[in-house]
Amino acid sequence: MAHEESFETVTGCRIRMMRKGKGEPLLFLHGATGVPRWLPFMDMLAEKYDLIVPEHPGFGSSDTPDWLDNIGDLAFFYLDLIEHLGLEKVHLLGTSIGGWIAAELATRSCESIKTLTLVAPAGIHVKGVKKGDIFMWSPEETAQNLFHNQEIAKAVPQPANEDELMVVLKNRLMTAKLGWQPRMYNPHLKKWLHRVDVPTLIIWGDDDKLIPAAYGQAYRDLIPNSSLEVIAECGHLPHVEKAQEFTSKVVSFIEGAA
Amino acid sequence: MKFYMMHLMPYADLDLDYDQKYNSAWITLPNSYYDPKKGAKLYNRYLDELEYADQLGFDGVCVNEHHQNAYGLMPQPGVMAGALARRTKKVKIAILGRALPLLNNPVTVAEEFAMVDNITEGRLIAGFVRGIGAEYHAWSSNPALSHERFHEAHDLIVRAWTETGPFAFEGDQYHFEYVNLWPRPYQNDPHPPIWIPSQGSSETIEWASHPSRRYTYLQTFTPVAMLAKYMQMYKDMAAEHGYEATEDQLGWSVPLYVAETDEIARREAQPHIENFLNKFLRMPKEMLLPPGYLSLKSMMGVMKAKSSIGTKQTIDTVIEKGMFICGSPQTVREKLAEYQSQIGFGHLLTLLQFGTLPAELTRKNMELYANEVMPYLRDHTARKVSVAAE
Repeated sequence: MAHEESFETVTGCRIRMMRKGKGEPLLFLHGATGVPRWLPFMDMLAEKYDLIVPEHPGFGSSDTPDWLDNIGDLAFFYLDLIEHLGLEKVHLLGTSIGGWIAAELATRSCESIKTLTLVAPAGIHVKGVKKGDIFMWSPEETAQNLFHNQEIAKAVPQPANEDELMVVLKNRLMTAKLGWQPRMYNPHLKKWLHRVDVPTLIIWGDDDKLIPAAYGQAYRDLIPNSSLEVIAECGHLPHVEKAQEFTSKVVSFIEGAA
Repeated sequence: MKFYMMHLMPYADLDLDYDQKYNSAWITLPNSYYDPKKGAKLYNRYLDELEYADQLGFDGVCVNEHHQNAYGLMPQPGVMAGALARRTKKVKIAILGRALPLLNNPVTVAEEFAMVDNITEGRLIAGFVRGIGAEYHAWSSNPALSHERFHEAHDLIVRAWTETGPFAFEGDQYHFEYVNLWPRPYQNDPHPPIWIPSQGSSETIEWASHPSRRYTYLQTFTPVAMLAKYMQMYKDMAAEHGYEATEDQLGWSVPLYVAETDEIARREAQPHIENFLNKFLRMPKEMLLPPGYLSLKSMMGVMKAKSSIGTKQTIDTVIEKGMFICGSPQTVREKLAEYQSQIGFGHLLTLLQFGTLPAELTRKNMELYANEVMPYLRDHTARKVSVAAE
């Protein structure tokens, strides 16, 4: 069965949302490149959960609201969205800047959150551990650096038409607005990660050239009830590059936390 | 028409084989390529060249802002303007770019420009730019906020120059409880002239031509066909606002080389203009156009157009497009007179040193231009004005 697609208006902002599956709600927050299409790992998760995949304000087909200046604004937006959808005890899963949003959200309130899964999240800075720079990489370098398996890197589709290119440019503009300076982190987030009081899983690829796996240990040390799983021979996007392994780790974590 | 000598102050001693290891002369080229002993000599040579322009009868000299590159060694152009302020006597000193969005505190620029304006007793021209894309990498300034920061910083500086302080400035990007400029600028009618150098964004042209500003719009490094288009756009926008744009509102910045004959000019200029284009101006697209530098629509246009970024340029292609003026005094006179009468710009900024062009050729270029080209064009354009007035 195909996923459903709809538009929701929350806090004055109209966003695109994809949804599929039955079970406990699982809210997925995407990374810098957005979620232009439904991906294989989403089908796998939708077998167990009611998977909700919004496009962030400022990305893809969603509106760009005037109030959107930083990741904290998106954290509050998603607290509003959880309330708007009437979700109680939602499993929250975020990758890259989506993981950053999820972490910020959880420091503000875990009241409606049952578990938290952070996949190579941006958001903190570890001194002396050099990150990659998506703003300096060419599209070819970006594909190469996001994946361990270069066969996958070569297969990454480039924008096929003007509409798709426009989405790429829009996502890139919003990513810059949110994460150019300081580069992809909030200097204050570290101080409050101790407030996250739900079971937390941190997943990282061992060959992440954008945000090195050392950041996973830093996150684990900052979030009290958390564990770190490093996936071997994997880059920055484990949910894409190692979809099967990724999904089984998420499912067993959520089941174990229940 | 008025004549200016513009300088980028390149690191002309650059090891030109750097490009076998690095893809850019900007941002990521290690500064181990810079030798301070050679740099010191270049700085003083270049300042001498600008001072010489004063003696040769130019109307102005222009300095510029770029960061972390071999292309232009003026990260803080106010330092150069300060050095020139005391050593020149007649020329206007145009600080062509202060990249306003890079500033954490725009009041520093209001102060710096006011000081130069005071020391020179009103010879300052203030240039405001957004800076080229690479500066946003060099300065960690957020390109997605570039337009907003430019406009706020501009408003703050103009208010600091024109309003009695102290006053509060309440912006989204900049907040000041007390703005109270000491010194006030020397030129106070209502403030020093403002020039807006740009590569032709329609948003910039529209903003500069607004009746409340009427700033001199300066087209930089563009094919002459594009120059004509953008200048016409400015005139049309002025007309829509119900006024006629004057020549004083239109300027053109272009590299130029003049020698005894067309053949000598081409031969002498070739390696240096090609170094300028292919070695000093070299950078990948990601550096030149960070997200937000252009509006989504303009960015789309650039991505679709077959961009010349990264392709090797030759002296022939740039001469043909009118991006480089090169030839005997007669050739250069004729070309400039033709472009001027067609396009109607009132300020001509010539880059008479470019890339690796050595000191003696730069001086020869300046002398021939000042003696053989400038007087003819002054006379030519003055006659045109007096005919029009009759």
